[in-house]
Amino acid sequence: MGLKSLRWAAAALALSVAATATPVVPAKAEGDQFIPLLVYRTGPYAPNGIPLADGFIDYFNYVNWKEGGVGGVPLSWEECETQYNNDRGVECYERLKNRGASGATVINPYSTGITYALIGRATEDKIPVLSMGYGRADASDGTVFPYVYTAPITYWAGADVMVQYAREQEGGSLKGKKIALVYHDSAYGKEPIKTLERLAEIEGYELSLFPVAHPGLEQKATWLRIGRQVRPDYVFMWGWGVMNATAVKEAASVGFPMDKFIGIWWSGAEADVLPAKEAAKGYKSLNITGVGKDFPIVQDIVKMHEEGEGLADPANIGSVLYNRAVVNGFIITEAVRKAQEKFGQRPLKGEEVQWGFDNLAITEQRIEEAGLKGLMGPIEITCANHEGAGSALVQQWDGENWVAITGFIDPNRKALWPEYKASAAQYAKEKGIDPRNCD
Amino acid sequence: MFYREAGQFKTSYAADQAIYPIRQDKIGILILFGFSLLAIPFIAPIYWLNSILIPFLIFSLAALGLNILTGYCGQLSLGTGGFMACGAFFSYKLATAMPDTNILIVFLLAGLGTALVGVLFGLPSLRIKGFYLAVATLAAQFFLIWMFNKFSWWTNHSPSGVISAPPRAVFGDIDVTSASASPEAKYVFLLLLVSFLALIAKNMVRSRIGRSWMAIRDMDIAAEIIGIRPMLAKLSAFAVSSFFIGVSGALWAFTYSGSVEALAFEINRSFEVLFMIIIGGLGAIMGSFLGAAFIVLLPIALDTIPLLLGLPLSVETVAHLRLIIFGALIIFFLIVEPHGLARLWQIGKEKLRLWPFPY
Repeated sequence: MGLKSLRWAAAALALSVAATATPVVPAKAEGDQFIPLLVYRTGPYAPNGIPLADGFIDYFNYVNWKEGGVGGVPLSWEECETQYNNDRGVECYERLKNRGASGATVINPYSTGITYALIGRATEDKIPVLSMGYGRADASDGTVFPYVYTAPITYWAGADVMVQYAREQEGGSLKGKKIALVYHDSAYGKEPIKTLERLAEIEGYELSLFPVAHPGLEQKATWLRIGRQVRPDYVFMWGWGVMNATAVKEAASVGFPMDKFIGIWWSGAEADVLPAKEAAKGYKSLNITGVGKDFPIVQDIVKMHEEGEGLADPANIGSVLYNRAVVNGFIITEAVRKAQEKFGQRPLKGEEVQWGFDNLAITEQRIEEAGLKGLMGPIEITCANHEGAGSALVQQWDGENWVAITGFIDPNRKALWPEYKASAAQYAKEKGIDPRNCD
Repeated sequence: MFYREAGQFKTSYAADQAIYPIRQDKIGILILFGFSLLAIPFIAPIYWLNSILIPFLIFSLAALGLNILTGYCGQLSLGTGGFMACGAFFSYKLATAMPDTNILIVFLLAGLGTALVGVLFGLPSLRIKGFYLAVATLAAQFFLIWMFNKFSWWTNHSPSGVISAPPRAVFGDIDVTSASASPEAKYVFLLLLVSFLALIAKNMVRSRIGRSWMAIRDMDIAAEIIGIRPMLAKLSAFAVSSFFIGVSGALWAFTYSGSVEALAFEINRSFEVLFMIIIGGLGAIMGSFLGAAFIVLLPIALDTIPLLLGLPLSVETVAHLRLIIFGALIIFFLIVEPHGLARLWQIGKEKLRLWPFPY
């Protein structure tokens, strides 16, 4: 092919690209409850993204397999790869929001950055955002953020639980202690800073901050300072993806005591500690869901896999993030179930599911009935309270498995709610939002 | 046969110097503009407006800005992301501090502020050239992002360092910013603003100042000898370029994403815009638009093609395929036409003039 014909080929190619860019909506069976899944199975966050995505598809498939959907309405879903990138996340959201019989049920961005980017859009489109244990903490105020749910717990509450746990370990006082925060230098990692600073004044500890740039593979200098210079009593970590494993390895190499190193619930999965092997032994993290496979629902999913109906990689079943996705899926189906009580058993719009979320109470009894006992704590979401008063536990890596070492700890919500309110009020003022009336 | 200027006589200098001297071109561009303005908002699906056309227009503006600096004045810059961040954060501070000011004025002020920053970081260009200048602008990129990340004043002390664009209207009560604005209104506003700024850019590069930029680009010593002041030419290129990029950053934060953190403008963004002008065509206003279309559209097209064909590929395979094909296409286009899509377009036009009797 000469240069000339190559040129024509190039021009033709350019045209064909423009022509094929039209997105097509794949035909979906009539009457499905559609759930868009924003996943990241590639990129630096894939080690965490894959078990999450697997948990979702397995759980939804399980609901269809076991009871033919929610209230007889089968669930359908479609994945869209975001690579944990905000722009792609927004594009995925726009692509998927009108699919299915009644549009998107609920959005689970699984990225604080994407959550931030979608809050305005989803509110406008009347599609609930369930940012389960991530996203914007002040979105717990349902009067300002009617479509955003932070259940069961926020980062601010997570920071509070960590401080409570450290205080208890130190025999009731943190006065004069030093705490270092190692965080992903993004919206996600910055969330806990204000709360930790506020608690520093109350508890009397000294806080030092160590931002880590995306994707977090370079932490040598950070840990040298922590290990040799600052020598804190505790290190808290807000990390994600490859940053976690790197941090655990570096902490071990400077000899920081692992049992004084506590990660948030996104820094406590198998993929985070396995690369460090033995060195990671003793490392702790929070978790918002139970650990392991000994839950009836997980056993049922294993059974589904044995019958050849499973979709995910069986190796992921029972892993920390897989379980979390199962719990997340359960909260969604419960909200849909609740909304069906009011609107009938048909594919529901996001707006209708929002009512389901606003009136969602998952009691201990319901959790046991559904086979999730020990996997999650009860939550009660109301119109004004979108956090639902959940709790978190501390787990520890024993070299083989994650083991829960405390029960579910309640954060000090009396102190947290005025903070949520104040921050949400500032948001409302800047955006010109009239908080809705919840009485 | 149809595309021929035979019989079109120019009787004045003004006619001879028109942007589109050929009548068919002029009619074509007017039809395109009219169609984009009057038809697309009504017929395009929301997905197209929100996820393709709006980012395309914003990126076109950023590419246009960088093209002025790199394509016309020959100053290689890797600071685009930082300058976009300047526009975004300046306009956020201005819009929240003065809620009653028209958003258009806010964008222009943010653009002017960015122009100042651009001039500041353009100063090294008086002493250094080429790759060394690229390194100096890289410093601007890292410094600016660090600054917006570090000082919470820029985000009105938001705990997460994320700014949310407030809803604002240009006239009446039709909002054009933040998520609450309708995609149609945002699109029309962007189309008008970007077209207007592109027109200014086009005229600028055809005027005295644009010619001095090109003279500097082609050979700075020769340009100096014939009486062009390098300082003025280079710094004005930095200022104008940063103005465009700053406005595009403000638009990105306010009309496209609605909420951004400084990380949205990290170094990858600079490369993205640089690739746009390289693929689109350095030193061509048209190239900025073609390049932006290529970079915005192609990944989305590659994502949807397997779906279109009904191929049962998993999302991770599609993601990997997209990277492979995207990379291959960039190489392919650069081999067949190193001067970019704009040159390809020009060649196509010349062929069309001879069609169907090429010689």
